Amino acid sequence: MKLEATGKSGIWQKFGPLLALVLLFIVITVLNPSFMEPNNILNLLRQTSINALIAFGMTFIILTGGIDLSVGSILALSSALMAGMMVSGLDPILAILVGILLGAIMGVINGILVSKGKMAPFIVTLATMTIFRGLTLVYTDGKPITGIGDSEMFQMLGRGYFLGLPVPAVVMVIAFFILWFLLHKTSFGRKTYAIGGNERASRISGIKVDRVKVAIYGLAGTMAAIAGAILTSRLNSAQPTAGQSYEMDAIAAVVLGGTSLSGGKGRLFGTLVGVLIIGTLNNGMNLLGVSSFYQQVVKGAVILIAVLLDRKKS
Amino acid sequence: MQIEMHNIYKAFGQNKVLEGVHFSLEAGEIHALMGENGAGKSTLMNILTGLHKQDQGTIKINSTETSFKDSKEAEESGMAFIRQELNIWPEMTVLENLFIGREMSNPFGVLKNKQMKACAKEIFKTLNISLPFDKEAGLCSVGEQQMIEIAKALMTDAEVIIMDEPTAALTDREIEKLFEVMKGLTNKGVSLVYISHRMEEIFAICDRITVMRDGKTVDTKRIADTNFDEVVQKMVGRELEDRFPHREANPGDIVLDVKGLTKKGLFEDIHFAVRQGEIVGVAGLMGAGRTEIMRALFGVDQIDSGEITIEGKKVSIRKPTDAVRHGLAFITENRKEEGLILDFSVRENIGLPNLKSFAPSGIVKTEDEINFAEMMIKRLHVKTSSAETIIGNLSGGNQQKVVIAKWIGTSPKVLIMDEPTRGIDVGAKREIYELMNELTERGIAVIMVSSELPEIMGMSDRILVVHEGEIAGELLKQEATQEKIMALATGGN
Ligand SMILES: Nc1ncnc2c1ncn2[C@@H]1O[C@H](COP(=O)(O)OP(=O)(O)OP(=O)(O)O)[C@@H](O)[C@H]1O
Ligand SMILES: [Mg+2]
Repeated sequence: MKLEATGKSGIWQKFGPLLALVLLFIVITVLNPSFMEPNNILNLLRQTSINALIAFGMTFIILTGGIDLSVGSILALSSALMAGMMVSGLDPILAILVGILLGAIMGVINGILVSKGKMAPFIVTLATMTIFRGLTLVYTDGKPITGIGDSEMFQMLGRGYFLGLPVPAVVMVIAFFILWFLLHKTSFGRKTYAIGGNERASRISGIKVDRVKVAIYGLAGTMAAIAGAILTSRLNSAQPTAGQSYEMDAIAAVVLGGTSLSGGKGRLFGTLVGVLIIGTLNNGMNLLGVSSFYQQVVKGAVILIAVLLDRKKS
Repeated sequence: MQIEMHNIYKAFGQNKVLEGVHFSLEAGEIHALMGENGAGKSTLMNILTGLHKQDQGTIKINSTETSFKDSKEAEESGMAFIRQELNIWPEMTVLENLFIGREMSNPFGVLKNKQMKACAKEIFKTLNISLPFDKEAGLCSVGEQQMIEIAKALMTDAEVIIMDEPTAALTDREIEKLFEVMKGLTNKGVSLVYISHRMEEIFAICDRITVMRDGKTVDTKRIADTNFDEVVQKMVGRELEDRFPHREANPGDIVLDVKGLTKKGLFEDIHFAVRQGEIVGVAGLMGAGRTEIMRALFGVDQIDSGEITIEGKKVSIRKPTDAVRHGLAFITENRKEEGLILDFSVRENIGLPNLKSFAPSGIVKTEDEINFAEMMIKRLHVKTSSAETIIGNLSGGNQQKVVIAKWIGTSPKVLIMDEPTRGIDVGAKREIYELMNELTERGIAVIMVSSELPEIMGMSDRILVVHEGEIAGELLKQEATQEKIMALATGGN
């Protein structure tokens, strides 16, 4: 066989985002050495964990060529429901599990509308984003739910440490390994790529495309609800406006990580790096005292540059 | 497995595609299914394998009436279908492509990569394929992609294998190997349905033949009891003239001159010239680099070095738009992806490269466009309910005709055609040859890359033979024989 000139693009795709992350670390450390202090790094990991969990689920969806705008609202609604159950005296662990299950169901609803309803994922999740947010406001009456008790287990989830690491970061790492395995080592993962790469051919090949999609949107809902549980614990309350615009940070992380919005191409590790880039930017700019208005400008510009670099290679 | 399809009817909306088809398949036979483009061959097989449902009629498998819910169910009961349009996942690797939809995994869904590799290795050995497993399938040539599809079907241990134009993208060597494997399968009792427009193949390998015309079965016969002419006559419903039209070449000045074209690892030091009104055939084995040379010439890929001169002026072609500006046109071998906009109508597709002449002021003069499209539809016998039909709904061969029609309307100085008649029925092939004659009479130069030797010899004024990325030799029409071409193409032995 003849050689193909694929080397360069492959290397950029694998290591480009990672390189950018390392560069970012160096620049910020030079500007403010306290960035590298262990405390700040642990803080950074805790801050990124919520976006990471959502972005992991989002990666699966984007790999199939879809999108999910409703994750922030799912986070808020499941958080409110968890808090509500706890206030009414349900065991916190049970409340969290039920809340996560409800989040999964919300995702499954998205999946059914997309696959069986044959509607565009953008439209479906735009609508459910509004609906789930609306239900959150109805349920909370627009006010935060507080007084959710002082179960130590529950407090741990958002604020505790395990072996010196923040529990949310531990959850993030565990979730990463489980989902990485699912995506790259199982037939389910293979089907995810197949659908994004060529949906028509996937159908002809006997892949139950609809079923896989429902499962993937369900997964994204689950991840959003887990993030919701962590947030609820961290704030010790459920906020009706929680999770607003989180979908954007998640999509940005996925794209920064090199996953193609048209599906079929990308890796979960890339998303992890993307999440860390966004987290580092936030954390670093705060340390450097950049105004939050400028922060937004910088974040947007970084996304554009990343996508542009990704383009250049092909 | 024994199959009996009885009185099958199928319509897509108003379009009646099958009207009372009978078809039977015995265990261990190779059954040819022939018919013009759009006769309904692929549709019939799609019905058999559960992708479409017939409106009327019955399917019996081993004498019990059967109807598959979907293609998965057909596959599970022992049927494999190598489809006419390749089902390739371009971003996934060769190995991943081989196992999509039937990955080997443990009960928890964890993939068994080692086992899949071993299994693939075995099948690649039987088929004599040497493709790296981790190559992205999108980077494979059409021929290689076809081999992936064949390997995929053979891996399933199916009792019935349907092959819809499997050899269209293959060259003689691969075809020979494939035939060997097919014979071996029939000895094990596997039945094969073989759809092809290549008459020689049908007579070389099949046991029985069923001819379809306009959605009906015309006849089923043993191969031994029929002949070439009878089959063609049944297919088209009339006598056909010679396969190749008479050709009188009047070459003019040199229009395209290529010197020292090199792309490392693909081709080296390519020299050739083409004159106005000349047809230059380019022969060679699959993977010899013919398509790569043409792609580079057209600016799809970058060359490392070399010089291109058009009408005496040195030009630099870095992207396809440069090529078009300098008067080149390119009909690619990969038509489905590179040649058509599947959601556009037949008319819109044909009109696309000709918008300048139909719409000089920017306003599309649809009158002209319609007339031109209808003329082309008629000449090439494109089977479509109207010029407004969405092209994705046409049969494979008819889509190819539209691509040809599309480019023939432009007036390039040099027209490059890569496998111009692949998958096209005998009647329409001749029309395309006649169009090529007309183009050269207008002074257009044609470069025709083809793997069909009869076509190369029947139509070219001059033949270039490519071997492993180099031009192994040049033959004039008068001196060319099948043996000479093959000798050059295989490196002289
Ligand atoms: N999904 C569809 N919707 C509408 N029309 C269709 C559809 N599929 C096929 N057809 C029509 O059915 C007819 C038969 O198509 P089919 O693909 O079976 O032809 P074929 O014999 O395989 O031809 P070829 O040799 O070109 O592959 C064509 O006229 C085509 O336009
Ligand atoms: Mg067909």
